[in-house]
Amino acid sequence: MIPELGHVALIAGLLLSFALATLPIAGSYTARPLWMAAGRPLAFGVFAFVLIAFACLTIAFVQSDFTVDYVAQNSNRILPVYYKITAVWGGHEGSILLWLLMQAGWAAAVAMFGRQLPPELSARVLSVLGMVLIGFFLFILLTSNPFDRTLPFPPVEGSDLNPLLQDPGMIFHPPLLYMGYVGFSVVFAFAIAALLGGHLDAVWARWARPWTGVAWAFLTLGIALGSWWAYYELGWGGWWFWDPVENASLMPWLVGTALMHSLAVTEKRGLFKSWTILLAIFTFSLSLLGTFLVRSGVITSVHAFATDPQRGSFILAFLAVVIGSSLLLFALRAPTVSARSVFSFRSLETFLLGNNILLILIMAMVLTGTLYPLLADALNWGKISVGAPFFNLFFVPLMVVLCLLLGMGIHANWKSSRWDKLLGAWRLPFLTALAVALLWPLAFDHYHWGAVLGIFIGIWVMAASVTDIAVKTRNAKSFIVGLKRQRASYYGMHLAHIGLAVTVLGVVLSTVYSVEKDLRMGAGDSYQVAGYDFKFDGVRLVQGPNYHAFEGILQLSRDGELLGELLPQKRNYFSGGNPMTEAAIDTGLLRDIHVALGEPMERTNPSGDWAVRLQYKAYVVWIWLGALLMAIGGGIAVADKRYRKATAARSVESAQVPGTLAAV
Amino acid sequence: MTMHPVRRQRLILVLVLVTLSSAAVGFVTFAMRENMDYFYAPSAFAAGEVPVEKRIRAGGCVVPGSLQRADKNLEVQFVITDGEAELTVAFDKILPDLFAEGEAAVITGRLMPNGILRADQVLAKHDETYTPPEVAESMVSHKSCAGGAKI
Repeated sequence: MIPELGHVALIAGLLLSFALATLPIAGSYTARPLWMAAGRPLAFGVFAFVLIAFACLTIAFVQSDFTVDYVAQNSNRILPVYYKITAVWGGHEGSILLWLLMQAGWAAAVAMFGRQLPPELSARVLSVLGMVLIGFFLFILLTSNPFDRTLPFPPVEGSDLNPLLQDPGMIFHPPLLYMGYVGFSVVFAFAIAALLGGHLDAVWARWARPWTGVAWAFLTLGIALGSWWAYYELGWGGWWFWDPVENASLMPWLVGTALMHSLAVTEKRGLFKSWTILLAIFTFSLSLLGTFLVRSGVITSVHAFATDPQRGSFILAFLAVVIGSSLLLFALRAPTVSARSVFSFRSLETFLLGNNILLILIMAMVLTGTLYPLLADALNWGKISVGAPFFNLFFVPLMVVLCLLLGMGIHANWKSSRWDKLLGAWRLPFLTALAVALLWPLAFDHYHWGAVLGIFIGIWVMAASVTDIAVKTRNAKSFIVGLKRQRASYYGMHLAHIGLAVTVLGVVLSTVYSVEKDLRMGAGDSYQVAGYDFKFDGVRLVQGPNYHAFEGILQLSRDGELLGELLPQKRNYFSGGNPMTEAAIDTGLLRDIHVALGEPMERTNPSGDWAVRLQYKAYVVWIWLGALLMAIGGGIAVADKRYRKATAARSVESAQVPGTLAAV
Repeated sequence: MTMHPVRRQRLILVLVLVTLSSAAVGFVTFAMRENMDYFYAPSAFAAGEVPVEKRIRAGGCVVPGSLQRADKNLEVQFVITDGEAELTVAFDKILPDLFAEGEAAVITGRLMPNGILRADQVLAKHDETYTPPEVAESMVSHKSCAGGAKI
């Protein structure tokens, strides 16, 4: 009964979405307050129904109801109960249901926190979200129903959750990522509503900014967690592979980052208006494109659960409708929202424009590298793959330029800055970064000019933020008073930039100074990597809740002092399938020691020699630590009081000429 | 000639954008050409179509019983096939968990003058029912390794 209840709840949700997509927006054009006001309860209603459906699927998993096909595919009786719950989004159908839950949740959040919005805007935003919801309801009901039954012959036992996904990181990675992807639908809806209304001012930007910031922070965390998961769970210590699926999440992040900066210009200076709208459309479209790439089976990876051409066609059609209709609307209505104004080339606007151009360029190249092999295959140009060298070749230099510009631009003023002031502000961070960059590599076993450049970039960004805070608090009575005078969004920005710098340093140092050794080791063998001694004491058999494993025992020591025992595993799950590598990692702020067990040299003799990978990963944690700082920075910026005083702010309309003449 | 400042700014902007994007297009084309890895089936190696000492990808089914290990280190050799020709692959790192004889494998590496493919990376299928599409399409007789690997 419960699965049927879930199915019915989905259908009910679809019907409510139809009402949500039509009623409020129709009300906004016919001046019917009652219709417009229906948006809020309808959004809550849709959310409630999706929540019911999600709960039903969760119950089916907890009860191991294998009459439900999806449960039988992704769970079994001996799976620990917490993994039974996360198995709800361990496969395609359930992850789309999770997506739908997030989508409905964001719509409900807009309904809840958007009370101060003008009724027309609120009605249109909710209706646009309703249209997006219809798309995903239809997708799940027509192509990916998680409640399909296996009757009349249900299997006695389920086939298990993919062992790769039986991991705590997996509990949070998909929800965070989806929160980000789906969150961008809100700013997309705001953009469409602004086009419909032909009105886009500083107040609009002030409403759109926090939603964008929250979605961006979630996406940042989701990507970082995915990278961290790959690092420790895929077993081999890599943290980014330029895999199409990773690219699919990076592209909306890049454009979303551009969007946040463009929104800042739109709010503060009333410029870049149509550009902001275009970015909002692209960010959400790229989120959908990511779903298409991952879910249609056109690319193959851990994430491509099932290859079903019908699903791919549906998302492609949905994508075409979303992009096509919003770009058409943009072409028709963009002139009504654009502004005209002038700014000097030595201004913050110019630097932010540079930021946007670079981010879009990076995105375009990631997109090219991701789609080109698909295109070549479709046109019979041969089977091609574009590997990491291509991506690194442009990503690294463009990121260097982006970070240089960041450190320069942060000191610039709106409208116009004086050269002497800018040059003065750049001097101290420049000298600091140069000194640190030249000295830091001396702490490692070899000097590396790539590391010098990378460290310079990281410290340059960091020092620029610190200098700016020092300058901004200089004239206050005391440092503390000065600190209090700045807004939350100011600190959020600096924290996010410092986070970027930390990530850059982590990437550079771990790339240059990590050491990796694949070895053949027998019991009693020792090996030294980067000053650390590893002594292999053989393997033993251990028992887990739903697997048994060979566990290698390695003594880690340095200069004769024992640091600890590392216990990497090679697991075999009872449900069958291939063995899984479970790395043992000793994490530290300055380095990780990463040990993974390969395979026995003779399959029949596990007490003989084993293949072992020993790795010293310099500063690798900084990569994810930086991402965490970025996300926290995004969160702090959103907490800025001025976003909650939107009604009061309505009187402080931007000082721009409300023109319809030119667009920048 | 004096131009309206807004128009002048936009003109400069457009010029900058055009320059930047053409530079980007040129750069990408160059980078693409240098960094594309073409896929070849073992038959293509046998026919001598594969460039030597260039980074390429190959794939096929691992011939059962062909896996040979060195005694002292991790050096390993195995043979892949597309049902028609065979190709010997050499590798000195850890084979992936999902690597198995009789199953599909995709290799990134360079063809040595002695006709052996020196692998930088070996990828195996990632679940029981899956055969990489490149391998499936290059198989001469069958579409999956389960039926096509034996010669």
